[in-house]
Amino acid sequence: MHPAPSLIVFTTLSGLGFGLIAWLGLGVHGAAPGWVVLTFGGLAFVLASAGLLASLGHLGHPERAWRALSQWRSSWLSREGVLAVATLGVFAVYSALWGFGGERVVWLGLLSSALALATVAATAMIYASIRAVPRWRHWSTPALFVALALAGGALLAGRTTVGAGLLLIALVLQVLHWRRGDVAYAEAASDMGTATGLGARGRVRMLEGPHTGANYLTDEMVHRVGRRRSKALRRIAIVLGFALPAVVFLTLEAWPAKHTVAGLAVLSHVAGVAASRWLFYAEAEHVVGLWYGRAAG
Amino acid sequence: MPDDQAPQGGATRVAKTTCYMCACRCGIDVHLVDGPDGRPAVRYIEGNRDHPVNRGVICAKGSAGIMQHLSPARLRAPMKRVGPRGSGEFEEISWEEALETARSWLAPLRETAPQKLAFFTGRDQSQSFTGWWAQMFGTPNFAAHGGFCSVNMAAAGIMTLGGAFWEFGTADWDRCEYFMLFGVAEDHDSNPIKIGLGKLKARGAKVVGVNPVRTGYNAVASEWVGITPGTDGLFALSLVRELLRAGKVDLEYLIERTNAPWLVVEDPGAADHGLFARGEDGEALVSDRRDGTLRRWDDPEARPALRGRFDVDGRPCRPVFELMAERYLSDAYAPEAVAETCGVSAETIRRIAAELAHVAFERSERVPYNWTDWRGVEHDHVVARPVAFHAMRGVSAHANGFQTCRALHILQCLLGAIEVPGGFRFKPPYPKPLEAHPKPHGDAQPGAPLAGPHLGFPRGPEDLLLDAEGRPQRIDKAFSWEAPISAHGLMHMVISNAVAGDPYPIDTLFLYMANMAWNSSMNTTGVMEMLTRRNDDGGYVIPRIIYSDAYSSEMVAYADLILPDTTYLERHDCISLLDRPISEPDAAGDAIRWPVVEPERPGHAGVRGFQSVLLDLGARLGLPAMVDDEGRAKYRDYADYMVRHERRPGVGPLAGWRGDGDSHGRGAPNPEQIERYKANGGFWQAHVPEGARWMRPWNKAWWDWAVEIGLVDAPQPYVFQLWLEPLAKFRLAAEGHGDRVPPEAIRDRLREAMDPLPDGRLPGAEDPAFPLHAVTQRPAAMYHAWGSQNAWLRQIHGENPIYVPGELWREHGFEDGDWVAVESAHGRIEAPAALMEAVNPRTLWTWNAIGKRPGAWALREDAPEGRRGVLLNHLIHELLPPKGDGLRWSNSDPVTGQAAWYDLRVRMERVPARERSSPDVGRQASPVGVGPEVVAYDGKGTT
Amino acid sequence: MTSLPSEPTVKLGLVIDLDTCVGCHACVISCKEWNTGAGGAPLSDMDAYGEAEGTFLNRVHSYEVLRDDAPPMVVHLPKSCLHCDDAPCVTVCPTGASFKRGEDGIVLVNEATCIGCGLCAWACPYGAREMDRAAGVMKKCTLCVDRVTSETLPEADRVPACVRACPAGARHFGDLNDPEDPAARLSAARGGMDLMPEQGTRPVNRYLPPRERDEGAVMDLVALADPAEDAEAGGGLGWLDRALAKLG
Repeated sequence: MHPAPSLIVFTTLSGLGFGLIAWLGLGVHGAAPGWVVLTFGGLAFVLASAGLLASLGHLGHPERAWRALSQWRSSWLSREGVLAVATLGVFAVYSALWGFGGERVVWLGLLSSALALATVAATAMIYASIRAVPRWRHWSTPALFVALALAGGALLAGRTTVGAGLLLIALVLQVLHWRRGDVAYAEAASDMGTATGLGARGRVRMLEGPHTGANYLTDEMVHRVGRRRSKALRRIAIVLGFALPAVVFLTLEAWPAKHTVAGLAVLSHVAGVAASRWLFYAEAEHVVGLWYGRAAG
Repeated sequence: MPDDQAPQGGATRVAKTTCYMCACRCGIDVHLVDGPDGRPAVRYIEGNRDHPVNRGVICAKGSAGIMQHLSPARLRAPMKRVGPRGSGEFEEISWEEALETARSWLAPLRETAPQKLAFFTGRDQSQSFTGWWAQMFGTPNFAAHGGFCSVNMAAAGIMTLGGAFWEFGTADWDRCEYFMLFGVAEDHDSNPIKIGLGKLKARGAKVVGVNPVRTGYNAVASEWVGITPGTDGLFALSLVRELLRAGKVDLEYLIERTNAPWLVVEDPGAADHGLFARGEDGEALVSDRRDGTLRRWDDPEARPALRGRFDVDGRPCRPVFELMAERYLSDAYAPEAVAETCGVSAETIRRIAAELAHVAFERSERVPYNWTDWRGVEHDHVVARPVAFHAMRGVSAHANGFQTCRALHILQCLLGAIEVPGGFRFKPPYPKPLEAHPKPHGDAQPGAPLAGPHLGFPRGPEDLLLDAEGRPQRIDKAFSWEAPISAHGLMHMVISNAVAGDPYPIDTLFLYMANMAWNSSMNTTGVMEMLTRRNDDGGYVIPRIIYSDAYSSEMVAYADLILPDTTYLERHDCISLLDRPISEPDAAGDAIRWPVVEPERPGHAGVRGFQSVLLDLGARLGLPAMVDDEGRAKYRDYADYMVRHERRPGVGPLAGWRGDGDSHGRGAPNPEQIERYKANGGFWQAHVPEGARWMRPWNKAWWDWAVEIGLVDAPQPYVFQLWLEPLAKFRLAAEGHGDRVPPEAIRDRLREAMDPLPDGRLPGAEDPAFPLHAVTQRPAAMYHAWGSQNAWLRQIHGENPIYVPGELWREHGFEDGDWVAVESAHGRIEAPAALMEAVNPRTLWTWNAIGKRPGAWALREDAPEGRRGVLLNHLIHELLPPKGDGLRWSNSDPVTGQAAWYDLRVRMERVPARERSSPDVGRQASPVGVGPEVVAYDGKGTT
Repeated sequence: MTSLPSEPTVKLGLVIDLDTCVGCHACVISCKEWNTGAGGAPLSDMDAYGEAEGTFLNRVHSYEVLRDDAPPMVVHLPKSCLHCDDAPCVTVCPTGASFKRGEDGIVLVNEATCIGCGLCAWACPYGAREMDRAAGVMKKCTLCVDRVTSETLPEADRVPACVRACPAGARHFGDLNDPEDPAARLSAARGGMDLMPEQGTRPVNRYLPPRERDEGAVMDLVALADPAEDAEAGGGLGWLDRALAKLG
């Protein structure tokens, strides 16, 4: 799939934002002063909504985005939208009551957390529900998205040890997602034979595409990443997104200027997740590729 | 209430006219809306259900007509060249200046040396008009593009059968059970063939595709014979041999319908060797097998012998059939002997022969049908032979194409499968024997028209167009010893001959709709150079070039004066019975085009239909028949000519609604004629009477009807010519007999070529340095160069890789993304390579005419057509490589002069990917700019 | 509403004959031509005279099938929306712009409410949906709903533009849920198949598989020949005199 920058920014930032909301909803700042609550709450709100705004860049008609809230009964994308709006609304009330009023309404917080995680899960389910992309269609997709959101949120919320632990869990899920994903296309039931119905006759290969140039489908869904590039990016994602921040946070007390270091580690995490997300799209083989001769392997 | 004449889909009205997106000439319904500026705009175009050619269907090109009509490459005004030739730098001028310029160039030529005008037209559908104009001008140098397209099929067909493949005949789709296509791609008669294949498929009939490449029709063929290019004739004659050996031939048909029993003088070295034994009345003789008496070939009482030696006035004679059988039963035609050359296994050849025999004779039936033959004998049935053949350019474009086509016709005759149910059928005006066709006319005289039409069929050396010294009269050397039966001229030789001054230099080259600086020439790079070559005095070797085209093609850049034509929706045309009509086997038909939208080029001097311009120019030149007694223009425009011109008394360009509107075929001009055509959907048809549907060359009812509607002036029954006597005459000349003999150097070649029976000879000589063949195929969705300016079609074929057969691909270690260099004795090209398995293992191929010169066709200069498109033309020279005899032979069929595009022999190598394909021929400036960034046509005239 | 309708009783769709399709692209362009002006946004072509990338609702792919014991086949495969019964493109749509009609099963996009998110195209395994770059809305085969349900078009023209155009007659239109419909009958007779059945989309459009090719029936010319044939007599023309004698 085409790794659209808007989608990478969206899923990375909103994952982080909703992850932070999840932690804030749990009341991680305990008896912190109002301005701290408002600052963290504001950060979460900004990240989540910046991500959502970025996703609008992916739309042909962003001005009609509100319509996307209507089909929550069938569409994961619609559910994501509804959940995101609900999360942000509930969380705004929760944070305002807490930050300005000094009173943490626990049930509002728990609701915020639950909605935030549901939002992230819904985002992931958009992908995991697409049968035409075998790499995505697996439980590890929502698991990874939620784990990364929780880990990133924990880092931002200052829950360093828990965050590092969650990072390691996310890393395991990430590696699993890659490994399983690498064989998913080949192991899926679809191939050029089933696509054309000619598989029983012999080996099918594309002679000519429908047009000599590219089209929306080939641009959007028949993206191919070189093996070397993929390997390099996976290493970068592991180091920046998981290993480095985990190590930093586990050893944070030992660092001078630890707020700066922590900030840099969070940035590293964000960069690593962005790399992971780039791969998430770019490596995802859509079965549409079969029509264009893109057999597995 | 639904009404099929009513506009639909938001359109406000329907205009029915004729397509011109290729040579097929389908009927189209153009649905129009009133655009935002109040002018009519084309909403959409679909096939006319009532039209005999396409029966409502339409191809990709036809549907893309809107984009052709709105093409940014449309020319907008007459132009004169301001930069050097080839640069594409022009200045727009007025029509008055353009026409006066042309007149001032041509008038002196006409008065002094009319042959110094060479007027050649390309994809012209008005040849009977343009030829007439050239005839009135008086130059012998006129032809259309048939010489590099189809003449082998036309000449072989007309001389053998009195009708031809291509679009002039067709399978009996409703009854055929076994259909063989030889070298048929989708560029002519395409919708009728597709409709026909659909009918065969619906019935589960067997289709055998004989073609080196399995695309298009060959892809759906029940069986594909991936033949080696140029060997179809040998393959066909091997089938002939098998049928003869097994006695699986239609003897009755051969005796009654062909010249198989005619007696041929057999006396090698004598001046009448190979000619027919004739009686005192000049008619050919047969020997009666009951008593050996000689009888006229058309004696209804004769029971002719097919074998034996006979004496006619002391001359030793044998029947054609025996000569034929003797030749083809030779082991040289055994399946085993030809298998390797043809790339077809002996087993396959035997099996196909058996299948042909099985279907022709075991699945044959006597169909009750009352008809009277031309001798007055009544018949109550006709024998169905459900086997049909069709052939086109794959057979035609070889130096042995004429004889290959003859071999196919002989095979059809043996099976008795022509003009019978299930077989091959002619479309009116055919059947029409050689004798009904004109001979060529030349002998230009200053200030006078030619005595007759340029193009025709020489019956023997006496009809060649040679001057007193025996040199060719025509610039293309048509009807000379080099191409005696070049019935369509040799357009591909005009430029190189003119530049070489051989046989003489010319002054003005006048071209219409022929992209000679690009895909319509062999040796494209060479031709581009020739068009720009200068004399010592700095002037161009071809001093003046006038060109008419509707679009900014590559050729435009090489002209001095441009006369811009309209698009096909903006013009009058007639698709005439005098020319290439739209007949089908059961009906004669012709059609018109008319301006369904007006040609408007706001802000520019505008464009005019070329035929109208030619009439205007003719009147300015005072050409006979184009001016009245007072010297005023006789015809207002082409539409006026279509209605009022009479070629013979009562016979004009259009056959329908003549006289007072009730006469058809013959009748006085009718001023309402065009309106009647429009009201009838743009075409006219006259149905063949029931009694004249089958066995037409011999059918009295057919000839009576043909005379009645003006196809011919008198009945001309004939039999098919297995043995071709005109060739024997040329062969005798090559042996030194007669008053007109060819120069010594050409005699051997001519003697070999002019064989009265095809011998399956291969084109050209093997050269181990160039072990591979290379051919092009015509894509169904593009027509020549035109398609690339079409925003929709060019997406389908925007570049053309060279397809490499699987074995060679692996042998050379190709990988996806590699390029291939292909080299011939003449040149080298480099282009992207692609793998294909379903292709003859010794043949490379690519789609035709996709590559474009940057700057042409209003494309962006970095368009894929220029970067990743390529023409094979760069590899093909108009002359064959030197053979050490001091001569350069034309790369043409020695009988007809047909350009031998597909004789190309090459070698190849794998090369890394390049930035752009080669050769890089530089860019030309675009006189019309570049097309818009975004096209989004809403069907209301706006994008 | 992006929920799928309960099983439609009428299932309009195409039957495409792979045995007959010559790959001429007539259906591709007639589709483009009709639908670019059919209302809604025109089907745009970006960089139309350069790289050129346009919106098409129907495209023809060409494949080779490599066989062990026979020459390679070439098959042309036209592909447009298959109007699936379980259309994943419908259920993923967040706005309800993508829907399947209960009355005839046609899958459509309401361009006025489409936000151009592209998710439906992702969900479709067939590549049947294309975003129009200029209009920012999703485009797809409508089965020429404006033609097939028209009350003003002549009866014969109430078929999709591609079917109307197809020169070889390789495209058939009808109610594939009605066993008596000619298109459905053809599909049944010729073994009409689903593309990618494993995707679980239950497509309505059917493809007729190519008939067996290049399987020459074993046929022997000798067996067909005159049984009295004597190869020696007359140098291979021994049959001639007997045959002529029969003619009299």
